[in-house]
Amino acid sequence: MLIRTRRRSDCSRSEITPPEVYALRREFLRTGIGLGAGLALGGLGMALPASAALRGYPLEFEASDFSTDESKTSYDEVTSYNNFFEMGPGKGDPKTYADQLKTDPWTITVDGLCDNPGEYAVEDFISPWSLEERIYRMRCVEGWSMVIPWIGFELNRIIEKAAPRSDARYVAFESIYDPDNLRGQRRRGSGGLEWPYTEGLRLDEAMHPLTILSVGLYDEVLPNQNGAPIRLVVPWKYGFKSIKSIQHIRFVEEQPPTLWNQAQPDEYGFYSNVNPDVDHPRWSQRTERRIGEFRRRRTEMFNGYGDEVASLYEGMDLREHF
Amino acid sequence: MTATTRRARARPPTGVWWAVLMVALLPAMWIGLRTLGWFGGLGVNPIEKLLELSGTHAMIALLVALAVTPVRQMTGVVWITRLRRMLGLVAFGYVTAHALIWLGVDLFFDWELVLYDLTERPFVMVGFAAWVILLMLTLTSTDGAQRWLKKRWVWLHRGVYMAGVLAVLHFLWLARADYAEVALYAAILAFLLGWRIVYRWQTRRRIHAHRRAPA
Repeated sequence: MLIRTRRRSDCSRSEITPPEVYALRREFLRTGIGLGAGLALGGLGMALPASAALRGYPLEFEASDFSTDESKTSYDEVTSYNNFFEMGPGKGDPKTYADQLKTDPWTITVDGLCDNPGEYAVEDFISPWSLEERIYRMRCVEGWSMVIPWIGFELNRIIEKAAPRSDARYVAFESIYDPDNLRGQRRRGSGGLEWPYTEGLRLDEAMHPLTILSVGLYDEVLPNQNGAPIRLVVPWKYGFKSIKSIQHIRFVEEQPPTLWNQAQPDEYGFYSNVNPDVDHPRWSQRTERRIGEFRRRRTEMFNGYGDEVASLYEGMDLREHF
Repeated sequence: MTATTRRARARPPTGVWWAVLMVALLPAMWIGLRTLGWFGGLGVNPIEKLLELSGTHAMIALLVALAVTPVRQMTGVVWITRLRRMLGLVAFGYVTAHALIWLGVDLFFDWELVLYDLTERPFVMVGFAAWVILLMLTLTSTDGAQRWLKKRWVWLHRGVYMAGVLAVLHFLWLARADYAEVALYAAILAFLLGWRIVYRWQTRRRIHAHRRAPA
């Protein structure tokens, strides 16, 4: 049993929605009752800010065969050692300044080369899908790794619903731009990073069943520092590919620009598959330190997901397309 | 001025040498206590944090040692020079501790990885080069070596500037998108080196002016 101390970002007791109300709301969202019922329940909805309605409640989810049985990195470690430059460059900054990320309200736009674009409140975006637990290895380009129990659903469901046209070859993602609140987006001399954070996947990578949109970790809704309210998780790529706090998903024909690739193209490739044979000038990619362990361990090709994903890159020179 | 008073002026006031040494060792004590879990410990990735802390204090100690001569020239307090050897050795101590943490704790004496880092990763190369320079200066830091090497000693010990430049490069190549800290070290180093050049140039001009003046 995990005993957890209160965190600053936790809501107070009085903010917590009674479970019955919460269940009702979830049920309402899930079954998508008509507009009339929506109006009738509108007053109720107004009383609960969207993310607060989800926060602090155990999410319902099912286990998955894609999960690893390796021992998990603790909740405290997963939520206090983060790269989220919007809140500052230090590993502890995202937790310290988690309040600066305003997730309520949150809208997600799906557009570009697709037949069924849309704009969704995050609750409506999530609610049609049943959630799964995916315990994945996460390998950061900086040479450390974790094992994280994500809660989410496969990105391919969103893609199928959006119905991309035949000329769509890539999916581009965009995160929040809010320099008034996010200290990291205001900083001068931050190495020329071009906000907002952008990432991209080839369409077949995005369709792969390992690729998920995560809305929680352990049994909770995502804390802000981990990319609330919704983020990408691509376990065979370096962590920075798994863009946090997504607001925009766009289908495009050409390979989209991505933040780290733009900043240092020789260091961060578009693909950025975990690859011990492609070196990075600063961090050894041959080994990694699993958080909580003393000795380094060998880094595996595709972060150990080669059986599932190697076929995506058949015939490609991964040293060139790093 | 008699020889005795000159010698008396050149010696730091009683206790100053020891006090400075104690202050210079405070960060080492602080890092040690954090390693034992005090002051919040070392956090989620303790070995990375240990490298970061030891590296930062190695950089600061090196800049302090480089500041001795400019501070003497600015203030005219001659005895400050008497602290120079000690502060240089302290800097070598911090750099060595930093290197040993990398070698023995981070890489755990995995010589294959060590060799790989030293040959493939530029920031490790320049950091190692800085340590080698400081090692040579440490080995020749005695009065005996100074007498033996004569003019060459001065030439050799100018290598400390090179060590400073390499240390800043080491930091710069390691920074990821946040250059504020390394910019501060680079600015301090540039000032300390710039000061020496300007001071030398002015002194030389003064001597020339003196020579040209009619007797």
